[in-house]
Amino acid sequence: MAGQSMTSSAVPAGPQEEIFGFTKAQFVALLVMFAALVVAPFFLYPVFLMKLLCFAIFACAFNLLIGYVGLTSFGHAAYFGIGGYIAAHSAKVWGLTPELSIIIGALLAGVQGAIFGWLAIRRQGIYFAMITLALAQMIYFFCLQAPFTGGEDGIQAVPRGHLFGFISLAPDMTMYWFVAAVFVACFLLIHRIVHSPFGQVLKAIRENEPRTTSLGYRTDDYKLVAFILSATLAGVAGGTKSLVFGIATLTDVHWSMSGEVLLMTLVGGLGTVFGPMIGAAVIVAMQNYLAEMGAWVTVIQGVIFIACVLAFRRGIVGEIGNLLRVRL
Amino acid sequence: MADVMTAPAGAKASTGALMEISGLEAWYGESHVLHGVDIDIREGEVVTLLGRNGAGKTSTLRSVMGLVPRRSGSIKYEGKEFVNARPDVIARAGIAYCPEERGIFASLDVTENLLLPPMVRPGGLPLDEIYTLFPNLKERARSQGTKLSGGEQQMLAIARILRTGARFLLLDEPSEGLAPVIVQQIGRTIRELKKRGFTVLLVEQNFRFAQTVADRHYVMEHGRVVDMVANEDLNASLDRLHQYLGV
Repeated sequence: MAGQSMTSSAVPAGPQEEIFGFTKAQFVALLVMFAALVVAPFFLYPVFLMKLLCFAIFACAFNLLIGYVGLTSFGHAAYFGIGGYIAAHSAKVWGLTPELSIIIGALLAGVQGAIFGWLAIRRQGIYFAMITLALAQMIYFFCLQAPFTGGEDGIQAVPRGHLFGFISLAPDMTMYWFVAAVFVACFLLIHRIVHSPFGQVLKAIRENEPRTTSLGYRTDDYKLVAFILSATLAGVAGGTKSLVFGIATLTDVHWSMSGEVLLMTLVGGLGTVFGPMIGAAVIVAMQNYLAEMGAWVTVIQGVIFIACVLAFRRGIVGEIGNLLRVRL
Repeated sequence: MADVMTAPAGAKASTGALMEISGLEAWYGESHVLHGVDIDIREGEVVTLLGRNGAGKTSTLRSVMGLVPRRSGSIKYEGKEFVNARPDVIARAGIAYCPEERGIFASLDVTENLLLPPMVRPGGLPLDEIYTLFPNLKERARSQGTKLSGGEQQMLAIARILRTGARFLLLDEPSEGLAPVIVQQIGRTIRELKKRGFTVLLVEQNFRFAQTVADRHYVMEHGRVVDMVANEDLNASLDRLHQYLGV
């Protein structure tokens, strides 16, 4: 399968107006994003920003699957949550450094994604979504019952530890730079994947799967690899989040988390580069700043979701891109 | 009908057909669309399938490509059996399909569409040669695939399967819905492909167009091949054809 993607031959020569695979407009947006990442912690509460970035990674990973391959997973909380639990366990019980904890969490999420994806890609559309949901619910009950997860209590008091063994991540600002670096790495990796020949095959599958097979691609292999990549990156997001807050709980594996990431991606803009991030920012900010309204937050989220589906089908970033006639 | 069929088949056995389709049946769910299709194609030939709407021409191409869910009988290519193979395996054997709806990917630009199909064998046309054959595509290299005109999309759909090294092309109504001058250009392209040794199985409604490119014509009716006419006999058999095609 790796061979197949290799044989798709020469990468098309980038047109003049592209910079590192970004179009001009995307590159400008990228610079704005970098500037915001640098400036934001001086104005906003770093822990809030870190939460936002973790969800941005999660939504970007999810967008890789739904936006570029057209697979609607309704069980991504399973990978996010497992990544969180494993990273928390690695950091707290095994005393591993934060980067190793996150990597182990991500790898396990990836392995889990390989098994679940292998089962789920045999079906399409709603059946695919239901299989991923059912498997994710199994993980939820596993996390509820398994001894190492701490059941209802979760894994608490997870130390942030020392990055590479010597940089303490205990100060919020240090942790923020680390999380921002993880986010940028994931963001660029996803951009690279989407713009590789492999990514073009993914888009072709999304558009017309029978045509893609009859051109000679084993589409199931491509879907599975995309699923594994997405699950692994969701694991990175979960692992990072559990280290930020020092806790891994059932909330992260609950099905409503799968719904939330779907919501973020749709609100931001399906299949756009910056959409998931903006969607994550909007939803996390609402949860944060409207927290005193209690259960009304979900109602407001619902209203926003309905408004998006009815009025801004392309999501926030998709609509802006459409107005400016650029791809963002 | 039977002797029309057997005589050329017997003659071909010695030369060895590149593709032999025999007793091909196919189903879409409950509906039985092909009832035993027999076709032989030699290397380097351009063969058309003529017939009315619903005669099973497109279904035959789709069955060869493995896109019809249920099929039985035999499709031998280079002596190997492919009747139950998956489409990607068939494609990698060197068979390429250009569907009637063209299947250009909207989210990819012209170059990306061209470069998408995997190389299945050595010997595909290099990109600059493709651009020589289809100069329009070069001019529009960075346009979104589906923003091209119908004719350009048709050329793109043909062009992208030439790069892969496939030697056997299945073309479904490449002339459909295009302006006469574009149809002529497509005709020139098919003749050029024949000159380069490609083997082509072409579905056509328009037998005037088919006449300008093909060596032989199979006529289909109700999911079967009912007649075969060599191109040089076409004018002599016009009455017969008119009857089949109802034109």
